[in-house]
Amino acid sequence: MMEKTLYTLIVHSENIAGVLNQVTAVFTRRQVNIESLNVSASSIQGIHRYTITAWSDKDTIEKIVSQIEKKVDVLQCRYFTDDEIFMQEVALYKVVTSVLIDSPAMNDIIRKYGAKLIEVNQTFSVIEKTGSTHDIMALNEELTAQGGMLQFVSSGRIAITRARIEHVNEYLEKISSQYGIKNL
Amino acid sequence: MANIITGAEALIQSLLNQGVDTAFVYPGGNIIRVFDSLFSHQSDLKQILVRHEQGATHAAQGYARISGKPGVAIVTSGPGATNTLTGISDAMLDSTPIVVIAGQVGTDALGTDAFQEIDLVGVTQPITKWSYQIRRAQDISWAVARAFYIAQSGRPGPVVLDFTKTAQNETVDYSPEKIDFVRSYIPSPEPDMSEIEAAARLIDCSTRPLVLVGHGVELGNAENELKAFIEKADAPAARTLLGLSALPSGHPLNMGMLGMHGNLAPNVMTNRCDLLIAVGMRFDDRVTSAVDSYARQAKIIHLDIDKSEFGKNVKPDVTVLGDCRRTLALITERISRTCHKEWIKEFKPLAQKEHEKVIDHAINPGEGPLLMGEVVNAIAMQAPSDAALVTDVGLNQMFAARYFKYSVPRSIITSGGLGTMGFSLPAAIGATFGDQERMVFSFQGDGGFQMNMQELGTIMETGAPVKIIVMNNSYLGNVRQWQQMMFESRYSCTHMTSPDISMIAGAYGIPFRRVMDRRELAQAISDMIAAPGAFILETIVLDEENVMPMIPGHEPVDHMIFTIDEKWR
Repeated sequence: MMEKTLYTLIVHSENIAGVLNQVTAVFTRRQVNIESLNVSASSIQGIHRYTITAWSDKDTIEKIVSQIEKKVDVLQCRYFTDDEIFMQEVALYKVVTSVLIDSPAMNDIIRKYGAKLIEVNQTFSVIEKTGSTHDIMALNEELTAQGGMLQFVSSGRIAITRARIEHVNEYLEKISSQYGIKNL
Repeated sequence: MANIITGAEALIQSLLNQGVDTAFVYPGGNIIRVFDSLFSHQSDLKQILVRHEQGATHAAQGYARISGKPGVAIVTSGPGATNTLTGISDAMLDSTPIVVIAGQVGTDALGTDAFQEIDLVGVTQPITKWSYQIRRAQDISWAVARAFYIAQSGRPGPVVLDFTKTAQNETVDYSPEKIDFVRSYIPSPEPDMSEIEAAARLIDCSTRPLVLVGHGVELGNAENELKAFIEKADAPAARTLLGLSALPSGHPLNMGMLGMHGNLAPNVMTNRCDLLIAVGMRFDDRVTSAVDSYARQAKIIHLDIDKSEFGKNVKPDVTVLGDCRRTLALITERISRTCHKEWIKEFKPLAQKEHEKVIDHAINPGEGPLLMGEVVNAIAMQAPSDAALVTDVGLNQMFAARYFKYSVPRSIITSGGLGTMGFSLPAAIGATFGDQERMVFSFQGDGGFQMNMQELGTIMETGAPVKIIVMNNSYLGNVRQWQQMMFESRYSCTHMTSPDISMIAGAYGIPFRRVMDRRELAQAISDMIAAPGAFILETIVLDEENVMPMIPGHEPVDHMIFTIDEKWR
């Protein structure tokens, strides 16, 4: 059994209904759980960008990547390890306002983690934190220990590659020259 | 000038624009408008009314496999659509270009569990190359053009168009479209010269090369390039089940069939060669058996048009991505002409051993009940050299594949990946429409025959000249063989009582002959071939016949057994 790593997949696809299903189905067939998934617009108009994380071995992730890329409406799929990307997640914590006010440690905790308050009212307050999974979970633990935690939610990872080449642009340039088509 | 027509009519005109001449159809409520348009197109679009939608998809597959053109099926929504799923899956696994058009409820009823509504796109996405719902008439021309482009380009496959009633009924200013480019899809990647050169170097260094010929050679129309390549490299070649007719049976470098019930020599030599050159094949588990002991001693070159096949089952040393018609030719240019006489000689004793232990008896038992290999061999001796073989699945398939003779491409039509019983009869019907010049033989067992025998009605109505051979052993023979080997002959649900096939043939008005005595076999075959149209030849064969040799499951590819009693681990 090969060692498991948390891989980040970046997928670019056409903005067509049903592509997400096809992408996630590849993981299901290969019995790999998706750890987090984010879908958004990309820097290219009309092209969607998926950021997916999953624990897997290299061999399996390579097979998953090529099977995702095989889908007709997928332009490109690449996988990365953490050292190859900049990545962030965002988390929201809803806490009871009285705890926030009464507990002297609260202020320090929020400051220590570089989190910020985005809502304070008589009943509850909302704290926002951007960072790594590790920091987000650590903040959650500390806030929970103070009591009065009402809700916690964290986003999927979003990631930008460190490479100097833009892989999708390169792909589009390659096929536009191969097929002699301008303005893809 | 405006050309205002209904969406239903736009669909038919789009099909005609793609060069479609035949469609396998079954009407229903949510596709009725399309059938109304079809009524006006009886002269320019042949409409074959099948008896079950599964039959429509297999017929479309048979049409595509023999002609190389996409097969078309038109069915209704709901059950009509779900009945096509087996054929669609089969086409996906065997890379067959078909386009299935299914009716769908109106857009306002989508998602309401309306009568005969299913989420067809959701259901078919995992088993198609592309699946798309047409909601507006203005999208029809584009969607049909894209469907045909995707189905037949690159590695072919099935495409589904889920055609809402709304789009059928709307009017549209129709103009034909042609699509030969989709930016997210590179069907046939440009050959990479560094890969070509790396492959050529390995081939030049090899003293014991073995070429594995897959369906991809036929799909890429690369039969001549393959021949030129193996002849220059003087490399023995073996074929997969689906690649059987990519290289003529009689070619001196053809060493037989790979896999579980393939020939001894190529299976053994897979584990003795120093270089495997796999062309358009995907290292299916029926070919590799135990993958961890598969060709460990050899370097492997994998040529394929589908990148995701590289390393999926077997790790190659060199990959060559692209259309094998081009990549094979480029490699052939770069290799030196070689002679591997000594290596090729090593195949001979193995082939001889298989003859002595299995083949001689299988095709010429001399006494006792008829044997399946004997029937297939007798037909192969009389069949026209360009005849096409369509098999069902099971023992009939393995015997037919082993003992039929192939001299022209696109001569074997069989369900390899999915292993669909009931495939043969409708696929053979489709094949007769795909190529009206060639004789089509449909080999079946008594089990598979009864899975889609309703399609005899299609033969009755259209006169499709299918030569049907039912090899009746009163068993679901392949499973029975496994039960004999692995479960102490506990024949659970494999014995089968069949109806009197002569009466079924009579009911459909199809000439029939039953043979039990081998002295009558040759004449019966000659009568079948001489008959002007369809014919059913039922042969009563040995009930507990086993197909041999065999690589028992999970054994290395070179561990073939010749009788059922040999050690089973």
